[in-house]
Amino acid sequence: MSEKLIAVAMSGGVDSSAVAALLKQQGDNIVGMTMQLWNQRRLPELATESASGRCCSIDDVYDARYVSQYLGIPYYVVNFEDQFEQHVVRPFVDDYLAGRTPIPCTLCNNFIKFETFLSMAAGIGAEKIATGHYARVSFDEDSGRYQLRRAVDATKDQTYFLLGLTQAQLARTLFPLGGMLKTETRELARAAGLPVAAKQDSQEICFVPNGDYGAFIAAYAKEQGLALPEAGGEIVTQSGEVVGRHAGFHNYTVGQRRGLGVAAREPLYVIATEPAANRVRVGGPEDLLTMRMAVRDMNWISIAEPAEAIRAQVRIRNRHVPAPATLRVRDGVVEVEFDEAQRAVTAGQGAAIYDGDFVLGGGWIA
Amino acid sequence: MAYFDHNATTPVTSDVLAAMLPTLTEACGNPSSIHRHGQRARQMVEAARRQVADRLGCSPKEIVFTSGGTEANNLALSFPARHIVTSAIEHPAVALTLDRREQVTVVAPDTRGLITPEALRAALRSDTDLVSIMHANNEFGTVQPLAELAAAAHECGALFHSDGVQAPGRMAVDVATLGVDLYSVSGHKMYAPKGTGALYVRKGVELAPQLFGGRHEGGRRAGTENVPGIVALGAAAARPLRDTAALRDELEAGILAAVPGAVVQGAGAPRLPNTSNIRFAGLEGEALVIALDLRGFAVSSGAACSSGAVEPSPALLAIGLTKTEAKSCIRFSLGESNSREEVVALIAAVAAAVAHLRKLSPTYV
Repeated sequence: MSEKLIAVAMSGGVDSSAVAALLKQQGDNIVGMTMQLWNQRRLPELATESASGRCCSIDDVYDARYVSQYLGIPYYVVNFEDQFEQHVVRPFVDDYLAGRTPIPCTLCNNFIKFETFLSMAAGIGAEKIATGHYARVSFDEDSGRYQLRRAVDATKDQTYFLLGLTQAQLARTLFPLGGMLKTETRELARAAGLPVAAKQDSQEICFVPNGDYGAFIAAYAKEQGLALPEAGGEIVTQSGEVVGRHAGFHNYTVGQRRGLGVAAREPLYVIATEPAANRVRVGGPEDLLTMRMAVRDMNWISIAEPAEAIRAQVRIRNRHVPAPATLRVRDGVVEVEFDEAQRAVTAGQGAAIYDGDFVLGGGWIA
Repeated sequence: MAYFDHNATTPVTSDVLAAMLPTLTEACGNPSSIHRHGQRARQMVEAARRQVADRLGCSPKEIVFTSGGTEANNLALSFPARHIVTSAIEHPAVALTLDRREQVTVVAPDTRGLITPEALRAALRSDTDLVSIMHANNEFGTVQPLAELAAAAHECGALFHSDGVQAPGRMAVDVATLGVDLYSVSGHKMYAPKGTGALYVRKGVELAPQLFGGRHEGGRRAGTENVPGIVALGAAAARPLRDTAALRDELEAGILAAVPGAVVQGAGAPRLPNTSNIRFAGLEGEALVIALDLRGFAVSSGAACSSGAVEPSPALLAIGLTKTEAKSCIRFSLGESNSREEVVALIAAVAAAVAHLRKLSPTYV
């Protein structure tokens, strides 16, 4: 068997299908693989009419298999349901129940796509994996480090979700789309005749139907016998005034404005959920602003941990424009001081640290 | 590509294909037609019925042709029983069909994968009308003591059905000696094409049809007969058995010698002569199946779910394996086309792939 076998993670979408076509055109020895991560029939109360566009739907596996057959490459579905539940779904639910707002895609990348999948790929003899992520990896001779850079297509850049990738993982990972625009990917897929060239992009959290995470948490908690936060707790303002009752604090996200069910003269936003008091705290837009935050479990990527303070830009959620800040590492925790106050800094979300295009590293907002 | 997955399906052999081909072209009649085209097709269907009956040791009138093992099982299990006893190692074609029934008791096997007559007796009730226990297990190949089990069922007045899908292509089967009342057969596990099978229904056992639309198959199964499939099944049933036990034993001994810590499942029980299920501690069977496929060997692991991913086999869990252990099992199932050279090459490929996977495994020391 060739030493250079590459395992392509294929979701059935246009991006990963284009990766397979591209590598095949380059003459690489590739094998297509789809990760079965979640059984969509498992929580029957969430059954919806439109099961497509959700992770591991039969339709998506069908598409990935069809593309592989079309390209004439070996193709396998691998079952990571147990690992996905342990490392992604359960922590996602636990975080919400603890009043935090988790980011499952990063957990999935850290523990599933670039860990379990890499290990499966190695097991079948593939030295490297390739995915359809929009990001760039390069090796820096001077520092001896693999560096992660933003995708050329700024609108598709996915580096925020890749903030946990280690040097060992980057060494074995290819992102063939990092230098391409999404329009070019679609054109490549069309030119290659791929049956998924016109398929819509997936959006929401893949295992949560219709983006209704509250319903997902309720259904999963019921199945697992977990206690759900009680509905009817107080919605209070910063001054302690009770302005309403909530529907269970797990249904609220920091920064959320709509759906509070509270009539007020000024627009109100969720400032925090407070599990111990079963309370949701709300306030005006100014209450969401923060100058400082701490980042824990920091993973340094393009540079080694800096000994002194550095200037960088910090992204606190996927669509956030990285904000200039000064960073200091103290006892492994990164203290971030923004130049300007940032809106809705949310515990449990990821923080990605950039220097221009380069991802210096990332961690979790404490 | 060396094929070691005959318990999943077998190729159609050249003699079976030759017997079937005329029914796709010149002998194309409908067996229900009056003209000579129809008469010829009828003769071919009835000749095939005799061949299958001879293979099972029953009368041709006791054979109902079906679309395969699953339909045969569904038809047998449609028997209006008040209480049904089955085993924990059944194929989904039986297990999931019985999930739809209310009064069902599931008997656990011992660690060798055998259902003992004592265990069956303990589950029988005065209102037990049907017992369904497979003949030979598809995962690890253990052959159940059917005669004793059927006798136990009869003692309490219950009918005895057996899912025989894995057996007739690999071992002699005589339904009279076994004493079974209903016995399911699948064509594609014995060198006939997919989509063909039969149910033995002992004379005197009444089954209501599950498909309606005609008086075919003695009123027990409507629909124009699948003449090509039936003729092929007859031809397959008429073929002499070719024993694969020596090759299987060589494969098993070779793997046990080459791979430390390999354990054969169901080793203490009578087994099909073509099946070997081996557990390789410290690795995922799924990865080994893919690695071997990429090296040119077709083997299997667990049960395929709807997406094509693998789930741990319920039968392996039932014989006492943990989920992790069940996921580290690989099934090798031989057929008559396998050669000694293929077996030798497979042993080497397994040893290399297992060593590679264990080297990467954080859990194997």
